[in-house]
Amino acid sequence: MLARRKFVNVVMLSLTGVCTVATVAVLFVILGALIVHGASSLSWNFFTKLPVPIGETGGGMANAIIGSAQIVGVAALIGIPIGFMAGIYLAEYEDKKFAAIVRYIADLLNGVPSIIIGILAWALLVVPLHGNSALAGSIALSVMLIPIVTRQTEQFLREVPLALREGALALGASKWKMIATVVVPAGSKGIMTGMILGVARVAGETAPLLFTAGFNQYWGGLKDPTASLPVMIYKLATGPYDEWHQQAWAAGLVLIAMVLTANILARMILARGVSVPRG
Amino acid sequence: MGDRIARLTALFFACVLIAIVVLLVYELLWRSGAARAKFGWHFLASSEWNPVTEEFGALPFLYGTVVTSLVAMLLSIPLGLGAAIFLAELAPLKLSNSLTFVIELLAAIPSVIYGLLAIFTLVPLMREYIEPFLKTTLGFLPFFQGPAMGVGYLTAGLVLAIMTVPFIISVSREALLAVPREQREAALALGATRWETTWQIVVPYAKLGILGSIFLGLARALGETMAVTMVVGNLPAVHASLLWPGSSIAAAIANEFGEAGGSLYPSALIELGLVLFGLTIVINGFARLMIIATTKKGSKR
Repeated sequence: MLARRKFVNVVMLSLTGVCTVATVAVLFVILGALIVHGASSLSWNFFTKLPVPIGETGGGMANAIIGSAQIVGVAALIGIPIGFMAGIYLAEYEDKKFAAIVRYIADLLNGVPSIIIGILAWALLVVPLHGNSALAGSIALSVMLIPIVTRQTEQFLREVPLALREGALALGASKWKMIATVVVPAGSKGIMTGMILGVARVAGETAPLLFTAGFNQYWGGLKDPTASLPVMIYKLATGPYDEWHQQAWAAGLVLIAMVLTANILARMILARGVSVPRG
Repeated sequence: MGDRIARLTALFFACVLIAIVVLLVYELLWRSGAARAKFGWHFLASSEWNPVTEEFGALPFLYGTVVTSLVAMLLSIPLGLGAAIFLAELAPLKLSNSLTFVIELLAAIPSVIYGLLAIFTLVPLMREYIEPFLKTTLGFLPFFQGPAMGVGYLTAGLVLAIMTVPFIISVSREALLAVPREQREAALALGATRWETTWQIVVPYAKLGILGSIFLGLARALGETMAVTMVVGNLPAVHASLLWPGSSIAAAIANEFGEAGGSLYPSALIELGLVLFGLTIVINGFARLMIIATTKKGSKR
């Protein structure tokens, strides 16, 4: 009986280890596959040239890289200030009931599938402007970014010790002066981390861009359809040509390098021993 | 005076969040109006999806969304719970923290990359080896009959499983770590083995949090778009066999919305979006309630 119990113990505990190894291995499989298939297609042209028709060589995806930067940049300009201020409200000006509603709404918005956010941006901008535009894509991404930044800002502001606030108030600072000069700087590391992680997350989004920013073989302005790296990967990977698939792997490698760099950077900004709260 | 302005400014931006959600619900309701008026509740039960004759029914997509998510959960719950137990109960805290960081990186990988890998590595693998194997061994079951094309419910479910595991692990691990140390010590002192302690004492104690993590993973699986779109086959039909290609709500919107002409077609797709919106809100709500309930009580190891 005891032998059997000990046997079960060893088997089950080993299985939990197997589960962990299997999961962690997935990351390395993904990275390995992207490097094996994608690295050979990376070249100077890849970053500086426009896509070329099938059959020609030397094409790149500069338009998608710049397009992504533009769409995500504008999204950050819209989303970060709104999310930041809403986070300050939740952490510092808590009117218990209303704040609970806002917090609930932020979590709800955070859980809405990104394709549905795409429908919202389509209804608000693509329909009135009669066509896809980079701006519509930016609005979609900023709607995703706002709740992330709100919750992260709130969480890190809450970690600022009460004594700091009391000290500022005791010195005669008004409340907003206390928030602006004491609380926010004290929580700035964490808030920065939250913003970086949020931007990295929306930068990889494809679904909300499909029918908002759309796609473009050439450069796109704010009001034109604009290619982005994730949509480019989707188009190339689901297309019929081997050359496209090669390009898709390379673009995937570039995208994942950006996302992982942002995540590791965020981790490094935070002091050792502080865990990253999830939004 | 300055204080009041600052307060009102912050309040204003908090209200922006509420306005966004109100606007989202309004647009979904308003723009799906034409389809809702024409098909009524029958929309949810009909499996006819024909843009040419303008007959729209949500069943094939609803079915695909539910089936792929269930397959995903069936695979990711044991895998995620196992890994969470290892990370919370067995691994030294330092190792546990660094492995958890790696797992959180997995959650940060864009879904189009999962889709890319699935198309070029998982689909051929399924087509050449796994699906023929399933047909010869389990082919007597209705779930494993039909064509072995590589794309389909099973492949999509598998990708979703891989994508949801990180969420299940990191929330379950937190829930397990929140179980008071005394619970473990008491069980061990009574002579229980490490596994018995974990399975009969610690896991039941953390069950709400674990359930919450499962619902969180489920909500993500239901709404996941790109990875499913790229491997599910995009066939608007209902098949019992998991090997058949199918579609899902999110995949249908991603595939067809850009080209949907007329007024009824986009309206029907937006009604699909409305259904998905309702589904994820309910599941996410459950998840949040359960996670809040557990992480509040215990103390971390």
